[in-house]
Amino acid sequence: MWKWLHPYAKTERVYQLAQTLLPWFAVPALTLLSIGVIWGLAFAPADYQQGDSFRIIYIHVPAAMLSMGAYLGMAIAAFIGLVWQVRTAFMAMMAIAPVGAVMTFIALFTGAAWGKPMWGTWWVWDARLTSELILLFLYMGVIALYGAFEDKQSGGKAAGVMALVGVVNLPIIHYSVVWWNTLHQGATITKFERPSIAPDMLWPLLINILAFGLVVAALTLLRLQNEILRREGHRPWIAQVLTGKTSSSNAKGPNHAV
Amino acid sequence: MNGVMTMLLALCRRDLALAFRQRAELVQPLWFFLIVISLFPLGIGPSPHMLQSVAPGVIWIAVLLSSLLGLERLFRDDYQDGSLEQWLLSPLPLPLLVLAKVICHWLVSALPLILMLPLAALFLNMTSAMFWAMLWTLLLGSPVLSLLGAISVSLTLGLNRGGVLHALLLLPLFIPLLIFATGAVEAASLQLAYQGHLAIIAAMLLLALALAPFAAAYGLKVSQE
Repeated sequence: MWKWLHPYAKTERVYQLAQTLLPWFAVPALTLLSIGVIWGLAFAPADYQQGDSFRIIYIHVPAAMLSMGAYLGMAIAAFIGLVWQVRTAFMAMMAIAPVGAVMTFIALFTGAAWGKPMWGTWWVWDARLTSELILLFLYMGVIALYGAFEDKQSGGKAAGVMALVGVVNLPIIHYSVVWWNTLHQGATITKFERPSIAPDMLWPLLINILAFGLVVAALTLLRLQNEILRREGHRPWIAQVLTGKTSSSNAKGPNHAV
Repeated sequence: MNGVMTMLLALCRRDLALAFRQRAELVQPLWFFLIVISLFPLGIGPSPHMLQSVAPGVIWIAVLLSSLLGLERLFRDDYQDGSLEQWLLSPLPLPLLVLAKVICHWLVSALPLILMLPLAALFLNMTSAMFWAMLWTLLLGSPVLSLLGAISVSLTLGLNRGGVLHALLLLPLFIPLLIFATGAVEAASLQLAYQGHLAIIAAMLLLALALAPFAAAYGLKVSQE
């Protein structure tokens, strides 16, 4: 593991890797996202009960899935950073965090907008809604903790511990709100009655889930590059990258990094 | 091993002595607890039935908030006067040290809060079944607060504006405890069995006891960088 990770402890290598990977994520992300969104919002058949308002599922479900996936990715990066002392892992962690927080917010917002016509209310203290809200709080905690540190290296470590504590807590929160809710309220309007979804409706959803995943990956790579530029501004290779396009040929040649 | 134990005991004695010499800092969170409790009857009306139904949540939220105030004390003074640095240099295993400090802190801050429970129960018109359930949840749950609090205090130690941040980090982590604790008391108010809730809180306590000292020890190391 260490052998495999070791080269990527160097920020220059990670920057170049992100540079090469970025188009491979960004282009399919944009293509699939436009296909999925247009298909889902315009051409998929309307639901027999919910009419057209069900279409928000094409934004809501991918965002909700990715909000949790991004947290997992963030926690894995934090774990790698804390165990193997890899600086770039903390940078990756902080690159994911705001993307995940935005996904969580999108999931909450679209959920509320969907809840208003369907359940007749913007918000109920349903288990899923509550745990998603707490997920947002956890993201915000990690971001705020990192932001409060002057020294970004210790900030990364502290935020990493917080992310891991959150990941331990996440299943507990999830099950506690599920049990808490069913203990008192029973099944009300909030129950997700999902009929086995028709293939015409399912395909755009699957495409969108994949597209959201790629979008998150692409944004993370971009943010990771920016984070590296911001924190490593004093290194000579950064100046090369920023001033001339010749840097791409340099990167293949002998190493210029300090 | 023996040496470690004597050092830990000395540390506890020192912490307790310090705590009793700074009595105001011990008493203020207790006053805060009482004031928060007495705000609720004024805010939502003094109807005994209403108070009884909100009592578990009110008391637990007041406990959470006042424990936030008290937790600041856990490492801050030691950080500021440099004793923390000496402990990091000492051969003592840091997680054990954290555990000892958390236990001392629990003795001087959470235990008095639990002793004030009868008064709060009177204020909020709790039945005796509710009172006993509340007592058990507090006995099992308040060490979880101190242990999780140690993590967050250690992470925000080096920051000069750590106070609010500490609350923001910590309160979401307290949510499961709040849910199960108030669930237990509500079950007790309906004459139902609440041992299941207590078992889950006890499980949280064991999990926190096993993991939190290590996380807090790491946080203390980060604070000294």
